[in-house]
Amino acid sequence: MEFLEPNAYTYLAIAVVMFALGAVGVMIRRNGIVVFMCIELMLNAVNLSLIAFSKMHAVSGAFEEGVGPNPGANGSMLVFFVMCVAAAEAVVGLSIIIALFRNRLDIDINNVNIFKW
Amino acid sequence: MMTSTILFWIFAILGIAGGIGLVFNRNPIYAALSLVLNFFSIAGLYLSLSAEFLAAIQILVYAGAIMVLFLFVIMLLNLQEEPDVQKFDAKRGVAFLLGLGFVAEMIFVLKDFAQKDVSGEFTYGKVEAIGEQLMTQYLFPFEMISVILISALIGAIVVARKYKHT
Repeated sequence: MEFLEPNAYTYLAIAVVMFALGAVGVMIRRNGIVVFMCIELMLNAVNLSLIAFSKMHAVSGAFEEGVGPNPGANGSMLVFFVMCVAAAEAVVGLSIIIALFRNRLDIDINNVNIFKW
Repeated sequence: MMTSTILFWIFAILGIAGGIGLVFNRNPIYAALSLVLNFFSIAGLYLSLSAEFLAAIQILVYAGAIMVLFLFVIMLLNLQEEPDVQKFDAKRGVAFLLGLGFVAEMIFVLKDFAQKDVSGEFTYGKVEAIGEQLMTQYLFPFEMISVILISALIGAIVVARKYKHT
């Protein structure tokens, strides 16, 4: 059962599948809130791939001569900031959805086309 | 077979199952709960990559705060299930083809590049390393996060409040 041992490729393949699921969900779903949740899924997949890359390079010793006091933590820092921005994005997006629902009683994104010409 | 390998595969399968449940559940509540399952599995995968701080933050921020917000809004708006779509829809077919093409392309591109071990020592995911980075190299972005959060807070209140037409 040697081939079941996870390496960086396994983690990246899982992240790729999750990202593709999120992208397909954004394209086929019509409910605005579900589209937002699919965007969160894509952000999480990218975070997972960042951590996998970070650990891959740390284990192979690529951080020996990096810049800064703790260069191997850069991937973790990027994930941290992505999480903060995702929280802000979720708040603003959900308030937009509430405003939309208040005005139209409908959040089907195929019907939101007042800017279409 | 080691316990960590078994746990890894359990979390991987649960995470992808959560993603599938998010995309294909027509009821928004079930979709949101599938996404919670996905977030917990990703936290488990972070732990297996020895990024303990991010695993805790993942559960606290995503599964704890953001998903409560989503569920609150879904229940506030009292959404119904989406109606059934037609059996064949060209837009859905194109979307599935694009997704499958993306997966195949990335799997092919990463195949030779990423076959590397990730099971060794990793101290950069600990709270100590992340705190040190936040207070030295990333001090300015860390302060900017507070500006982003306060502007998101004010923006949400302004966008979602009820306007009085005078």
